[in-house]
Parts: sequence; C-alpha cells; structure tokens
Amino acid sequence: MTLLNPADAFYVSDIPAERPWSRIIKQGQTLRIIDSEGQQAVDALLYSADNPAERYSAQDTLRTQGAAYVDLGTQLVSNKGRVMATITADTCGRHDTSAGCCSCESNAVRFGEETKYQHACRENFIIELSKHGLTKRDIVANLNFFMNVPIDPSGNFTVVDGISAPGNYVDITASMDVIFVISNCPQINNPCNGFNPTPIRVLVWDPPAA
Amino acid sequence: MMSAEMKREAAEANRRRYEELRATGQGATSKALPAATALDAAPIAPGAVIDREEIPFGWYATMRLRRGDALRVIDVSGLASASLIGWREEDMSERINCADTVKVQWSAAISKGRAILSDMGRVFLSLVEDTSGAHDLLCGGSTPASTAAAFGTAAMRNTHENFLAAANKVGLGLRDIPPCVTFFAPVSVDANGRFTWNAGRKRAGDFVDLRAEMNLVLVLSNCPHPLDPARPALGGPVTLIRHRLPPAGPDDPCRTTSPEIARAFVFTDRLYA
Repeated sequence: MTLLNPADAFYVSDIPAERPWSRIIKQGQTLRIIDSEGQQAVDALLYSADNPAERYSAQDTLRTQGAAYVDLGTQLVSNKGRVMATITADTCGRHDTSAGCCSCESNAVRFGEETKYQHACRENFIIELSKHGLTKRDIVANLNFFMNVPIDPSGNFTVVDGISAPGNYVDITASMDVIFVISNCPQINNPCNGFNPTPIRVLVWDPPAA
Repeated sequence: MMSAEMKREAAEANRRRYEELRATGQGATSKALPAATALDAAPIAPGAVIDREEIPFGWYATMRLRRGDALRVIDVSGLASASLIGWREEDMSERINCADTVKVQWSAAISKGRAILSDMGRVFLSLVEDTSGAHDLLCGGSTPASTAAAFGTAAMRNTHENFLAAANKVGLGLRDIPPCVTFFAPVSVDANGRFTWNAGRKRAGDFVDLRAEMNLVLVLSNCPHPLDPARPALGGPVTLIRHRLPPAGPDDPCRTTSPEIARAFVFTDRLYA
C-alpha cells in the first residue's frame, strides 16, 4: 500500500463522538478515517455526486468479492455495478457491511423500549443527508468501519468487541466523485464502541502528482 | 455531566445486558425454532386461496398483501430462486430491512419461525411455513454486472432490472430498491468469510409461507441467484399463492421466538391498533 504522509493532507477534521459528517471526495482523492481512541464503529454511506440515485450497495459489494467482510482491497460497488471506491490501506483488518446502522426504532426492539430515546446513527444520517437533498428513503445498508461482526457457517451473527486499536485507520480512494457520509456511531448498548463512543479523525489527500 | 466512574458503571451494566441478550438470542434459553415444514405438509384449504400467479423464469410479479394474509412461494422445479423486496403500503418509505432482520435475530440464516423486519422496528413478514431454510440475505439478486461476469452478457433478464421495473410501476424508483432476501438460495459463509453455494439443499417443491404483518406491496423476481454455479443458467417457474390464514394468537410461534421479536410484534400491533 502507498504510505500517505499526514502532513500532505489538504483536509483534516476531528468528528466528535456521536456526530455526523459529510464531504464530497473527488475521483482519485483518498479519505482516511482514524479510530483515534480505538474500538469506535464508523457508519458510512457513499452516493455518486453526479447522480445520488447511484449509491453504495452492500449486497453488490459482497457478491462481487465473493466474501462477507470488508478489508484491504475491497472495491465498494454501487447499485449500478460500478466501483465507487477501493479500500487502499487498512491497519485494522476487518469491517462489516451486513449489520446496517443503529436506529431509535431498532434499538427499542433489540435492547428494550427504554433505549428508544437515545441518539442513533439513523438520526445522524437523516440530518447529514438533508444537506445533500437526500432523505431517509436514500439510507441503504451501510459500511461499518472498525466494527467486528463475525458470521459463522450456521449463520450465527454477533456484534463483538471492536478489534481496532487507538490510531488504527482505513483509507478509501474514490473512483468517482462521491458524497461520503459518516455517522460516528453513538451506540452504547453493544460492544461496537466498547460501550463508550469516542471521537474520530478524517483526512483527505489529493491524488499523487503524475 | 457523568463522572468517569459513573460512565464506567453504566458501560459495565450495558455490557452485562448485551451478553444476556446474546446468550438468549443464540439459543441458551430461547425457545427452539420449529422444525422445517415437510414438503407434503401445510396444504392450503381450497376456500382460503385468494389468487395465484406463476412467475415465468426470468420475470417478476408484484403482490399486494393485507395484514394477516399469506403468500406461498413455491420453487416448483427445484431450480429457481425468488428474490423479494417490498414496502409498507400506507408509507412506502418503510421497507424490508435485511440488516435489521439478521442483527435483531442474531442470525444471517432465516427459517420457519423467523421474522423479516422493516426499517422501523416492526415486523414485515413472518415465515410461518418453510420447507427449505436455505435463504440468502447477504449477496442480493442478479444484476447486469453479475450476468456479464457469469454468462458473458449483460443482456440477460436479471433481478436488478426486474426490481427497477416493478418499483417504477408502483410510483417508486431506483432510490427505493432496498437489499433483498432471496428464497431457495443456499448460501453460507465459510470459516474464511467466503460465500459457499450448497446445491444439495435445493429440492423441487420447496416452499415458504410468508404472513404479512402489515399491509404490503411486495415484488418477487425469479432469476438465477448470482452464486448459482449452473452454466448455462438453469431455472423454472415460481408459483405464488395468496391465501387467508387463521388469525395469529398471542402464542403464535413466530411471535414468541425471542424477546426482541416479541417487542417488534408489539410495536407492529400498535401501528394498527
């Protein structure tokens, strides 16, 4: 993998715990997401900036690579079968794209009705997507960076403790101009955030000069 | 603000609750799921049939179901698979949600007794009968890209374009096509995370009965699953029978498989109370 120098990044931002973020990542640019304090799930969605009806598709991505997890080299495929971006560096080793995002409504089902009034990723996504003219209708099954959801041959499916250490990062290089949307996951009812949501950092690099 | 000590105590309490929920959800104390339906069991009484439709190989059908009605989906030849999406009729922004379905039930495998959830913490469909138990929620249906890769042509009929056509005919579009469930698609995940196709788990006559837990608009596409290794593609018709079921009681097996699913049913009942 190409090593990128953080000093060369033209954009750096810390996303506070529990908050959303979005930015257009242009073709050839690389977005790095750093799990600053470790064990923090980062929910992400991608939309074509030119035609947001074309968006990240978890099922197309998994089918294309023939395997159930996202890791180094995974191509993120759209619902029109095009590669939107590629995982070009990964110091964590495993990411999920089958478990979706948390919502107030699913939290109430999973953890009891008393958890309904807790902040959730879908609230973040709705707020952030509204800046791009998109709505809840546009939320599809997302990426969960730094989230560990092993699936065993019988189908058992469990969110287990995050395996990312402080400073672990993943690099995503865009193959088209994309609206990249993040929810820094506020979930406190399962181990995806070590029961303690923390800030993350994002950096963006331009493509290396030819 | 909570002190660090209070935060740690809250986190520990949340961890204990999660571990209890996981033990229950993965079978430590949960009710066992019912055995698969036998191929010759669960006949539909002639008077209970509302209508029927046969989807030719490669095609799709749209079905409207009232809450409480059921749809039998039959793989007549043992060569077909049926990919399903759908929306709640009164508010079509509420739709089938594969991620919540597997997450809430702690399982990427669905079988008799399981539920399929919407994105709003409610039950979309229940699997009241199922002879197969070999269904896929992870890989999706065929697409122009998948048929090009498998058969050298993007011009074959495929599930993505079937869904697109069907969605447009009910006033929706590309934005409204969620991840799908594919019935009679025996996909599992091996120890290395690779998908595996288990051809021995397909039989002629396999069927599921899907009970609508809300008023639904469903689309079913009858195309080869993208992981089906048959070359050339094999397939057959999918028969759909819409029929009436007796009302579900409080001890209905699908309503009582886990505390999570019991809550999802309560929330669904509230919508129609």
